[in-house]
Amino acid sequence: MLAFTLHRAIQAIGVMIAVGIIAFSMFRFAGDPVNQIVSLDTPPAERAEVRKSLGLDDPVIVQFARYVGNAAQFKFGVSYQFRQPVTALLMERMPATLELATCATVLAMVFGILMGVYSALRRDTLLAKAFQAISLIGISLPTFLIGILLIYLFSVTLGWLPSFGRGDVVRIGWWTTGLLTVSGLKALIMPSVTLGLFQMTLIMRLVRAEMLEVLRTDYIRFARARGLTTRAIHFGHALKNTLVPVITVAGLQFGSVIAFAIITETVFQWPGMGLLFVQAVQNVDIPIMAAYLLMVSLIFVTINFVVDILYTVVDPRLRSTISGAA
Amino acid sequence: MSDTVVPHKAGSSAPRAGVASAPWLARLGASDVFYSFRRSRLTMAAAAVTLLFFLIAIFAPLLAVQNPFDPAQLQLMNSRIAPLWTADGQSPFLLGTDEQGRDVFSAILYGLRISLTVGLLGVLFSGTLGIVLGLIAGYFGGAVDSLIMRIADVQLTFPAILIALLINGVVKSVFGNRLDAMSMLAVLVVAIGLSFWVQYARTVRGSVMVEKNKDYVAAAQLIGLPAPVIMLRHVLPNTMGPVLVIATINLALAVITEATLSFLGSGMPDTMPSLGTLIRIGNNYLFAGEWWIVAFPGITLAALILSINLLGDWLRDALNPKLR
Repeated sequence: MLAFTLHRAIQAIGVMIAVGIIAFSMFRFAGDPVNQIVSLDTPPAERAEVRKSLGLDDPVIVQFARYVGNAAQFKFGVSYQFRQPVTALLMERMPATLELATCATVLAMVFGILMGVYSALRRDTLLAKAFQAISLIGISLPTFLIGILLIYLFSVTLGWLPSFGRGDVVRIGWWTTGLLTVSGLKALIMPSVTLGLFQMTLIMRLVRAEMLEVLRTDYIRFARARGLTTRAIHFGHALKNTLVPVITVAGLQFGSVIAFAIITETVFQWPGMGLLFVQAVQNVDIPIMAAYLLMVSLIFVTINFVVDILYTVVDPRLRSTISGAA
Repeated sequence: MSDTVVPHKAGSSAPRAGVASAPWLARLGASDVFYSFRRSRLTMAAAAVTLLFFLIAIFAPLLAVQNPFDPAQLQLMNSRIAPLWTADGQSPFLLGTDEQGRDVFSAILYGLRISLTVGLLGVLFSGTLGIVLGLIAGYFGGAVDSLIMRIADVQLTFPAILIALLINGVVKSVFGNRLDAMSMLAVLVVAIGLSFWVQYARTVRGSVMVEKNKDYVAAAQLIGLPAPVIMLRHVLPNTMGPVLVIATINLALAVITEATLSFLGSGMPDTMPSLGTLIRIGNNYLFAGEWWIVAFPGITLAALILSINLLGDWLRDALNPKLR
């Protein structure tokens, strides 16, 4: 177990170093950082001075070490377009993205599991078939189209919900939350539905497949033979065993939810990290792009690592295969 | 997967009639895959819709009332006309016009062309890259294998859309922000290609590792054929079934990715719009009540992706002998 944990930790660090090299090369080689700072008519001598003060004359390996050192202290340089430290910009927008991603995941889990269980237990009913159709549409409709459709329905036609922004937010320390005001909650509905829909279809299909699989196993047949009630069999035995892979997938997907938030945030002009990143790509703001890449990678790698470890703790069958492989 | 062409088993009543003109056609007509195709109405409908979209894209210049990429053909006097069947409709603008007086119907036809071109080239690029890397990894094994597969593992952790956006951003910063439309198209193809190669590589590698231990490979090695010839002529054809399924589903994904990038403003420019660009432009007029500028490109995109996905789902089941 310890060897496995160490192995995974080394792998995770390896990935972060690889991403660090990519982020550094973007920062250093994609366009000249000096040109972004000085104006067009700056004399060459002054440019050389700026170059020296930024440490761009040092050997590349020294620069890389310095970049990693700074990144470890969450210093990612200054944004070209905002002329502010990138870290401050990202921190300001992080609560919005995390609240959106969490809400979307919770929505996706609740409705995905409910719909999945229903369509597994009542396979041939009209409603189950409708759920299947919805899941196909959820996979085929691009996120931004769903967002536009919702805006057209609920903002333009009905006028019930706001089409952009976060509404009023309450500041708690450095964290800003939209969960405590009515306008904040109203603004959260459509973005989280849009963002969660794809995950919901994924979870629903998974729950349905797993439930059908589990219901065929011997211990379910044995439970029936023991004369347990259908409810106890379905929810006490079958659903419980279905939930382990579901929680794993939902956990692993949280990283992609944050990445997919890029699209949702653009549609709804949600002031999160994703919108910041899209604007950075459009304006070639390399420090923000590099920092976003590093932050998102850190979140992904951490989640993967934790899920890997948790999985072996939860499912003892995996332990023997791992010690056999390692 | 050799069962794409095996004659159907005794007992199944595949229609043989009317396809005896060429030997390969007869074999196709009698195959299990064709039989399962004929059995599923939904699949036939999806295939018809997909074919229709491809034909529309190919013959766009013949069907369109104007060339939406040519500013000289656009007239501002014709801007924001509602679709033909509404009270404010004007001939010949079937689906209305946008802000610049561009006919929405013509723009969709040409946009479909761009979207499908980027999608197909992206699939071709990612497929070639993935197949070659998968063959190399599976055939040689060892350090080459673990290097390629480690890169694949890392890349699989990140969603394709994020990778495509990053590649896009880096290319823009190297070549400057003003790339012309054709180079933007090439950038999109490269970005999509580099984002989707992993699945091919993993699948091909898996099949190759099974195939390379078989006798025919040993025989080929024994008569002294060079490794590339064995890989391409003998091993590769036996791994094509799963690759075909991935390619179909990836075509839908590539079209979605292109549309998403264009929607986010990092894809095709306004002067040469794809479906995604048209949706981004139309989105700005939604609040002014001009719904048709965004609705029709959106419906086209959704229908295209849905029908390709249905085809991919069917192909996956049809080529999987376990499900029969």
